[in-house]
Amino acid sequence: MTAMPLTQRPASALSRFLHRHEAWRGWLLLAPAFCLMLVAILFQLGSTLAMSTWSLDGYSVDRTPTLGNYSAMLGQPMFSALIGRSLVVATFATVVTVALCYPMAYFVAFHVHRHKALWLILLTLPFWTSYLLRVFAWKVVLGYEGVLNTALIGLGIVQEPLAALLYSQTAVTLVLAHSWAAFAILPTYVSLEKIDRSCIEAAADLGDGPMRRFWRITFPLSLPGVVAAFFMMFGPMDNWPAGATLSVVMIVTIGLAGLAFLAVGRLVGR
Amino acid sequence: MARYTGFHRPNRPLALYAGAFAVFLYLPILFIPLFSFNAGVYVKFPLEGFTLAWYADLFQREPLQRAFWNSVQVAAVVSISSTVLAVPAAMAIARYRMPGKRAAVSFIMLPLVLPGLILGVALLTLLNGLGVRLSLVTVALGHMVICLPYAISVLLPRFIGFSRSLEEASADLCESTWWTFLRVTLPCNMPGVLACLLMTFTISFDEFFMAFFLSGTEPTLPMDIWSQLRFPQDFPSLLALSTLILVTSFLMVFASLKLGRIGLVQAKEVR
Repeated sequence: MTAMPLTQRPASALSRFLHRHEAWRGWLLLAPAFCLMLVAILFQLGSTLAMSTWSLDGYSVDRTPTLGNYSAMLGQPMFSALIGRSLVVATFATVVTVALCYPMAYFVAFHVHRHKALWLILLTLPFWTSYLLRVFAWKVVLGYEGVLNTALIGLGIVQEPLAALLYSQTAVTLVLAHSWAAFAILPTYVSLEKIDRSCIEAAADLGDGPMRRFWRITFPLSLPGVVAAFFMMFGPMDNWPAGATLSVVMIVTIGLAGLAFLAVGRLVGR
Repeated sequence: MARYTGFHRPNRPLALYAGAFAVFLYLPILFIPLFSFNAGVYVKFPLEGFTLAWYADLFQREPLQRAFWNSVQVAAVVSISSTVLAVPAAMAIARYRMPGKRAAVSFIMLPLVLPGLILGVALLTLLNGLGVRLSLVTVALGHMVICLPYAISVLLPRFIGFSRSLEEASADLCESTWWTFLRVTLPCNMPGVLACLLMTFTISFDEFFMAFFLSGTEPTLPMDIWSQLRFPQDFPSLLALSTLILVTSFLMVFASLKLGRIGLVQAKEVR
């Protein structure tokens, strides 16, 4: 057997440079995705921000920056009422969802031993399917002549269909909780799963009962995940259409809420 | 590893709760297929008899089929292009130490927490400002922005778990960087790439908000459904259509999540 000549092709200057500098290699690979996001997010938010300071002069756009739109918005009590209500609904829905999802994540992390992956898939599967169809499904269930109302009448529990089922705060909370359950379950599950089991064993050895073990070990250690769940949930919760100024205000509101959660997360993580 | 078994006792109430939770998660969605086979026009109990008429009705609808093909085209382009962008990005994130990585990664992942509505409105103002005409291309662009973070998070665990010794072996045998990627890295991570393709296809196919703002005269399928929701007589065939979409998406996402896990456990041990 003859030995194959192992010859390296001469490398170009660029590839030699990239071979030596790991960071540049990484950035080069990351660049396409990063540039898309740069254009799609930073550039567009910038243009939205700029546009929110323009004003309409008859039919043409006056591009001298003013804060007119913002003061007009603040002047209208409806906007602050809407923002306030959105914040209230979002907070309420987030708390409800995280509270409902925590036991579920706990169950999968501590009590499912076989088919753990299957459970996780089962819990996140609805999340990946159309948002529109999930909301549509709730309309079928909660509608005036929907499943729940006709069933209640059929069973003789109520005489008239309940109009309050759909288009109410409760319905919004319910549907939001249903839609974003996966966002709440996954981070909580991850931090529960990461908890060192020996801590709980130690607590058991030292005579703590199941409840005390949970409240003194498991729950505090899972808090980072809970905070992450809050953060993930709160972001997508605000939903109402309007123009550039409104988007800026919404983004700022969401950003502030996000920062608040991050700050809480830091405190808890310590 | 010796384990204290005290907390491995089955917890009846918690198991019951888990069951109830699963029912809450799936029950409303299950009413859609149930009523799509119902002979009555109105969605209410009692059921009026079995029929496949609503499914047959779907084949009579010209605009709906156009919208379907639009959606398929957009989803195909989006899934391929976002996967092509996500593979190098995930590789970079998994392997290289570079300054500013954390900030860059959280920036790329931003669309996960920004509502689709805001992204849609903002992208619309940008495209308007640039004078771009709205079409399926702009919808695809918007969907790429949404899909990219998901694509990266599907691929990332694979590349983190992927042992580099195979690549080093290939390089030692004088294979060039490109051929190493094509003949070693890509085939080894094929389950992840396929999972990523399926996932992004489904997300794009089902996406509504971006399409709502960014589509021109050509609607995608969710847009068509949205515009049909107003007509009560069309409701049952919408249910039939939704059933088909739900079943397909469920199968695709299930396949994707399963594929994404193939070989992951081994990979963890190697690391």
